Amino acid sequence: MQYLPNMIFAIILIIAIGFFVKNVKKLIRNIKLGLDVDVSDNKSQRLRNMTMIAFGQSKMVRRPIAGFLHAIVYVGFIVINIEVIEIIIDGLFGTHRVFAFLGTFYDVLIGSFEVFALLVLVAVIVFWIRRNIIKLKRFWKNEMTSWPKNDANYILYFEMVLMCLFLIMNAVDQTIQIMPGTPENHYVEAGSYPISQFLVPLFQGFNFESAVIVERAAWWLHIVGILIFLNYLYYSKHLHILLAFPNTYFGSLKPKGQVNNLEAVTKEVKMMMDPSVDPFAAAPEGAEEEVPAKFGASDVQDLSWVQLLSAYTCTECGRCTSSCPANLTGKKLSPRKVMMDTRDRLEEVGKNIDANNGVFKDDGKQLLGDYISHEELWACTTCNACVEECPISINPLSIILEMRRYLVMEQSAAPSELNNMMSNIENNGAPWPYNQMDRLNWKNE
Amino acid sequence: MSDELKVPTMADYMAEGKQPEVLFWVGSAGSFDDRAKKITKAFVKILNKANVDFAVLGTEESCTGDVAKRAGNEFLFQMQALMNIEVLNAYEVKKIVTCDPHSFNCLKNEYPSLGGNYEVVHHTQFIQDLIASGRLEVEGELYKGKRITFHDPCYLGRANNEYDAPRTVLESTKANIVEMKRHKLNALCCGAGGAQMFKEPEKGDMDINVLRTEDALKTKPNIIATGCPYCNTMMTDGIKAKEKEKDVAVLDIAELIANNENL
Ligand code: SF4
Ligand code: SF4
Repeated sequence: MQYLPNMIFAIILIIAIGFFVKNVKKLIRNIKLGLDVDVSDNKSQRLRNMTMIAFGQSKMVRRPIAGFLHAIVYVGFIVINIEVIEIIIDGLFGTHRVFAFLGTFYDVLIGSFEVFALLVLVAVIVFWIRRNIIKLKRFWKNEMTSWPKNDANYILYFEMVLMCLFLIMNAVDQTIQIMPGTPENHYVEAGSYPISQFLVPLFQGFNFESAVIVERAAWWLHIVGILIFLNYLYYSKHLHILLAFPNTYFGSLKPKGQVNNLEAVTKEVKMMMDPSVDPFAAAPEGAEEEVPAKFGASDVQDLSWVQLLSAYTCTECGRCTSSCPANLTGKKLSPRKVMMDTRDRLEEVGKNIDANNGVFKDDGKQLLGDYISHEELWACTTCNACVEECPISINPLSIILEMRRYLVMEQSAAPSELNNMMSNIENNGAPWPYNQMDRLNWKNE
Repeated sequence: MSDELKVPTMADYMAEGKQPEVLFWVGSAGSFDDRAKKITKAFVKILNKANVDFAVLGTEESCTGDVAKRAGNEFLFQMQALMNIEVLNAYEVKKIVTCDPHSFNCLKNEYPSLGGNYEVVHHTQFIQDLIASGRLEVEGELYKGKRITFHDPCYLGRANNEYDAPRTVLESTKANIVEMKRHKLNALCCGAGGAQMFKEPEKGDMDINVLRTEDALKTKPNIIATGCPYCNTMMTDGIKAKEKEKDVAVLDIAELIANNENL
C-alpha cells in the first residue's frame, strides 16, 4: 500500500507521455503530407533566425505591451518548468522536495519560481482583460468565434489555475514544515517563499492531517494539470510553444518580394520556346514516368510541408490580419484565417486517413472553396504586411499565391478583368492594349 | 522641352559597338500610362543632367511578367521572363535601373534562377548614388521647408528592405520630411499590388488607397512623395476622393528632383 501513490503517479505519467507521443507522431505524419522542399541550406543563418526570433522573441517587441507580457509568460514558463523535474522525481520515488539538499541554491530557485509564478499570473490576467474586457480588435474578427476564442481563454484559465496551485502548494508546505509533530524525514525545512508566505495565514488553523491533504491535493492537481496541458497542446494554438522553433528555423531566407519560380513550368515553357524540341517525341528509355504536374494548390497536400508546419504553428494572434490592407478596409480576406483554415483542413484530412486505415479517401472537399473562398484570394495585394508582422516567420501570402496559381493555371478562373490584362500581356507585351511597337513613343510626346 | 530628351536605345549602342553604363528599364506603366510617362521623363532628365551613359530597350522591351505572376499565371510570367532574358543577355546587360519597384523586385529576385543575372537598382537608389558621388548636385530650393511625406512602396520597402534611399534623396531638397504613423516596414499598401491595379476591389467598407491617403493627410503634407507609378496613381485617386487636389500634390521622387533642379 505504501507504494500506491508512486504507482498511480507512474501510470498517469506513462499515459500522459504516451498520449502526447502518439499525437506528435500524428502531427509529423500530417505535416509530411505536404510537398517536399529543400530547406537544408544556410544552416547557420537558420540557426541564427531561430535563436533570435523564437528563442529571443525579437519580433514580439514590435508591439511593446503584448511583447513584454508575453516575455514574462515565456520566461516564467521555462523557469517554472525546472520545478517539474523535481515534482516528477518526487512522484516516482515518494520523496519530497528531493532537491532540498541544494541548500541556498534551492532557496533561490524556489524563490524565483514564486516570483515568476506571480508575474505570470498578473500577465495572464492582463491578457484575459485585453481579450475579454478591452476586446482588442484583432481578437474579435470573424474567424475568432467559437473554438478559437474559447481555446485562447482556456489556455489563460489553465495558466491561472496552475500558477495558483503552485503557490498554494508552497504556502501549505511551509506551514507544515514548521508544525510541531511533522515527521522528521518528510516536509524538510527548505525553500524560500517570497510570494506564498502571504498565503500562509489562510492555513493557520489547520492541523497536520488536513494541511497535508491540502498540500497533496495542490501537488497532484498541479502536476496532473501540467500533464493535461501538455496533451492539450496538439488541439490548440498553444502548439506554437513547441513549433515556433522549427518554424522559425525553416522560415524563408529570401527577400520577401521573391516568389518562387515553378520548375515544372520552366520546363514546359522552355520546350514551347525551343523550336528544336519535338513535343511529340517519345520519352527517352528509362525515363521516369511523367506524372503531369499539378500547378498551384487546391488542397493541403499541394502545399509544402513547411507551409503545413506553419499552419500548426500559427498562434492566431492576428498581427497579420490587423495589418492587412484588405482586411482593414472590410474585405473578407484575413491572413490569419488562411492559416487557420489550412490547419483545420489538414486535421480533417488526417482524421480521414486515420479512419480509412492509413489512406486518404476522397471526401469531396478541399481547402479551396470549402475553406478559403475565391473572393478572399483575389483580395490580396501581395503587400507582405502579414509576412512582416508574423512574430514566428509564417508566410500566409505564399499559400494565397499557390491557390491563385491553381485557380489561374488549372481552372482559368481569374476575374475577367485579370484575364483581359493577361491576354494583353500575351498579345502585346503590356498589361494594357497598347502595341509593343509604341513603347518608346513617350520620348517624343 | 521633350525633344531635348536624349534617350538612346540598346540597339543604338550596339551599332556603335559600345556598352552603356546602365540600362533603364522603363516598364509598361512608364511607357504607356500618361501619369507614369511624366515620371519616366523626369528620370531621363536627371540622367541627362548627370551625364549618365544609359540606354533603353525601346520596342524590344516587354512586360516583366510580374503582374501575371502575382495573379497566379506562372506560365505567362516565365514566358515573358525568358523572352526578356534572351534580349537582355544578347545585349550583355550588366546593370539595370527602373522607376517601378515591381519590375525592380522581379528583375532582381525572380529573373536570376531563370538565367537573368543583373545588378538591379531602383531609381531612388540610383539617384542617391548620383548625389553621393557628386555627379548630380541638388541645389534648388523649391521644396525647402515644404512638408513632404513619403509613401513606402511595398516592393521597395518590405519586399526588398530599402527604406533609406528615397528618404536620403528627399532630404537633399531640404524639405521637411514628415512620416506617416505607418511607415517603413509598417507602411500600408496603396492597394495596387498583386494585380489589384487591373481589377475592381472585392466588396468591403472602403478602398485601400483612400485609407492610405487618410494616413498621408494626417501628416498635413504639401506633397505626398511616391517611388512607384502604381502608388502614384492610387494616391492621386485617393487625393481626388478626398477633394484635396488643390492642397496636396502627389509626385514621384524623380519628379521632385527634376522640378527642384528646374530640369
Ligand atoms: S500580402 Fe495579402 S494577405 Fe498579406 S497583408 Fe498583404 S493583402 Fe493581406
Ligand atoms: S500567421 Fe503569424 S501573425 Fe498571423 S495569426 Fe498566425 S502567428 Fe499571428
